[in-house]
Amino acid sequence: MGQFLMPSLGADMEAGTLIEWLKEPGDAVASGDLLAVVETQKGAIEVEAFEEGTLEEYLIEIGKKVPVGTPMAMIRVEGEVEVKKVTEPEVPKQETAAPESAPTTPTPAPRPKGDRIRITPAALQLAQSKGIDPRTLGDIGTGPDGALTLADIEAATPSPASPTPVNPMDGMRAAIAAAMSRSKAEIPHYYLAHTVDLTAAQAFVDHTNANRAPDERLLLGALYLKAVAKALRKYSEFNGYFSDGSFQPASAINPGMAITIRGGGLVAPAILDAESLDLDAMMASIRDLAGRVRAGRFRATELSDATITVTSLGERGVDQLFGVIYPPQVAIIGVGTPRPQPFDVNGEVQSCLTTTLTLAADHRVSDGHRGALFLRAIDKHLQKPEKL
Amino acid sequence: MTETEILLRAELRRIAPDIEIEEIDRDEDLREEFDIDSLDFLNLVTALGKALNAPMPEADYAKMGSFNEMLSYLTQKTT
Repeated sequence: MGQFLMPSLGADMEAGTLIEWLKEPGDAVASGDLLAVVETQKGAIEVEAFEEGTLEEYLIEIGKKVPVGTPMAMIRVEGEVEVKKVTEPEVPKQETAAPESAPTTPTPAPRPKGDRIRITPAALQLAQSKGIDPRTLGDIGTGPDGALTLADIEAATPSPASPTPVNPMDGMRAAIAAAMSRSKAEIPHYYLAHTVDLTAAQAFVDHTNANRAPDERLLLGALYLKAVAKALRKYSEFNGYFSDGSFQPASAINPGMAITIRGGGLVAPAILDAESLDLDAMMASIRDLAGRVRAGRFRATELSDATITVTSLGERGVDQLFGVIYPPQVAIIGVGTPRPQPFDVNGEVQSCLTTTLTLAADHRVSDGHRGALFLRAIDKHLQKPEKL
Repeated sequence: MTETEILLRAELRRIAPDIEIEEIDRDEDLREEFDIDSLDFLNLVTALGKALNAPMPEADYAKMGSFNEMLSYLTQKTT
C-alpha cells in the first residue's frame, strides 16, 4: 500500500490546501498521473502520483490544509490484496430501535435492518463529528462496494462553514517576497547588458508567419528561449543549482519562462529540454504553459525543474530589466522590449529593431567575463534564426 | 451592439477579465488598454479568426491597433 503525500513544492512551502481530486477511489493510477490540485503560495498546482496502482481511499477532505508530507490518499499497488477498509461499525448486537431523528450527539450508528452500512472508518468518524447519521444518507456511497467515503459525507453535509478561504494573491506575494529576499541576501549578483540587433530574428518571424494561420504563428519569445538554450550547452555554469555551498550543473536545459499573472505576481515554470525543441514545438510549449498558468493550472515539477529563468518584457515594456535570481538557480536572462534604434551595421548607422539582453548571475559560480561571452553567444544564435 | 462587437467583447473578457470595457479608451492602443501581451494578442487573433472564419494575417495587425480599429477591421471582414 502506498501513500500519496502532500508534496513539497519548494523549499519555502510548509503546507498546502487540497482543492480538488482529479481521480476517484477505484481509479487506476499510473506514475505521473495527475491526482489532485493543491493550493500553495504559488497558486493552484496539479500534483502527480509517483506510484502505480489503484486509488484506494481519500484520507483528507477537500478544503483541508495539511503540512508537507501528510498522507492525502492511499494507493493500492498492483498485486496487493484489496484491504477491507469497510468494517462494520461497532454496534450493539441486538436490534435497537433506531432513533427517528438525527441524534444531536454523536452516537454509534446502529445497523439498519438486515443490511450493514458500508462506510470507511474515516468517513464514520467525520459523520459522527458532524452529527450525521450515515443511515439517513441512502445509497450515495462512491467507495468500494458502494461504501460511504469521506467525500460522500462531505458532500452530504448541509453546507458547512466553507473551508478556510484561501487568498492566492496574498500567498503569491508572500512566496515572491520570501524567494527574492533570500536571493538578495544570499546571492552576490553581478549584472551585464548587451544590445542585440533583432532585424534578422524579426524578419524570420514575419516571413514564417506570413502564410500561417494564427494558431501556428511564432513569437520572438520562442526564438529567445531557443537561443538561450543553445548557448547554455556551452556555458553550463549558468544552468543549474547552487546548494549546500557548491554549484551543481544541471544536465537538462530547462529554462523557466516568467509568466505574469493578471492581478499580480508571476511564476516561471520550466520548458523541459528546451534545446531539443524546434521553434514550432517551443511555441507550442509556450502557449501550453502560459495558458495553464493563466487558468491556474500547472504541475508542481514544472516550477522546481527550471534550471535558469528567462524573463521577457514583451512588446509594451521598457528597454531593459535587471533580474533577481530565483534560488537555487544561478542566473536570470532579461529581454527588453524590442524597439527601433540607431545601430551600427558594418560601419553604417541604420535604424534597426533592437533589444537589450541582460544577465544577472551568481558571482559565486561564474565571473563577468564568462557572462559576457554567454550573452554574446545568445546574440550570435539570434542572428541565425533559421538555424535555431 | 453588433454581433461582431459582442464577439470581440467576449473574447477580450476571456483574456482580460479584470478590465471593464466601458472604462477603456477605445481609440488607444488595445494591448495597453487591456494589458495584454503578444501571446494574449495572438490568442485573441486566433479566437477571432476561428469565430469569423477569417485569416487575420499578421500583415494586418497594424489595422487592429485599438478597440475601434479592431472592430471596424472585423466588421469589414464579416460583411
